[in-house]
Amino acid sequence: MAINESIIELPDNVRITVLDKLVSWCRSYSLWPMPFATACCGIELMATGASRTDISRFGAEVFRFSPRQCDLMIVAGRVVMKMMPVLQRIWQQMYEPKWCISMGACASTGGVFDTYSVVQGIDRFIPVDVYVPGCPPRPEQLIQSIIDLQTKIRAEDTMFGREFDAPTRQQAKRALQR
Amino acid sequence: MTEQQTIDALNAAYSDLALSEFRGQTRVVVALESIHDVLKTLKEQLGFDLLIDITCVDYLRYRGAKDRFGMVYLLANAETNERITVRTFVNDPEPTVPSMVDLWAGANWLEREVWDMFGIRFSGHPDLRRVLLPDGFESHPLRKDYPLQGRGERHNLPVIRRAEG
Repeated sequence: MAINESIIELPDNVRITVLDKLVSWCRSYSLWPMPFATACCGIELMATGASRTDISRFGAEVFRFSPRQCDLMIVAGRVVMKMMPVLQRIWQQMYEPKWCISMGACASTGGVFDTYSVVQGIDRFIPVDVYVPGCPPRPEQLIQSIIDLQTKIRAEDTMFGREFDAPTRQQAKRALQR
Repeated sequence: MTEQQTIDALNAAYSDLALSEFRGQTRVVVALESIHDVLKTLKEQLGFDLLIDITCVDYLRYRGAKDRFGMVYLLANAETNERITVRTFVNDPEPTVPSMVDLWAGANWLEREVWDMFGIRFSGHPDLRRVLLPDGFESHPLRKDYPLQGRGERHNLPVIRRAEG
């Protein structure tokens, strides 16, 4: 009898969830990108925002050029050592929570430019969440990276950023290994 | 003026030039002392008033090279579409070339780029400092004794980690 009384019938318009999941759902579907386009990948970034492959279908339509208003930085193109402090300053001006997509081979690893001035991967100096390979990646690949980032945000992120307080990152959940 | 007239006029004005012509391209090799005069003559008397580029070649390990750096001045005549290449050679140590900023204002940044990449000083340049590389950079990267991947300057930057940034 006690067990039967504790089963409550919920009406259809009521959901029970965790607040972190609700907030992460909202954040993942309203990413506002900061287009940090330095080179050719920037053209593909613009193409992704255009009508054929439309990034606004995933909530990321609002390409704000002010870092104060963005939460996703898409680094598209090679970054030279003279530009890297600028990139770091833009990253620091973005408010938490913020994510970074490293688009293309040059932003991820330096690409074909293994020279004295090109930084061999922005993840040496900036925390990166998703890497997109390609030279340049097709718009569909960038859309896939946005979807992967959304999956990662919904699986890992918490409302107050507690996942960054973990003493070792190995304890955090890995979204894309499911 | 045709190319031949230009060549003749230059030969008449200066005696120690090595003029050559190859498939329609005229080339003049000048000694370092008279480079400014030759370019001034080309600009003012022979009508080559457009400076296309100033650049440099490093002949460090080139077989048969006598001098280390070869300066290249590309000029064009805006009225007759003639082009001419003026070469001069400088050496280590302390390669110094007279600046052409008084003839062409556009030579300012072109010479700054040559200084940045090769380390050639331009005497008389109003503001000789680095233009492409960051200011703290110490070497001259397009010299042949500088490695392609650099000497670690490209990664000498602060790291921002997730929790700090």
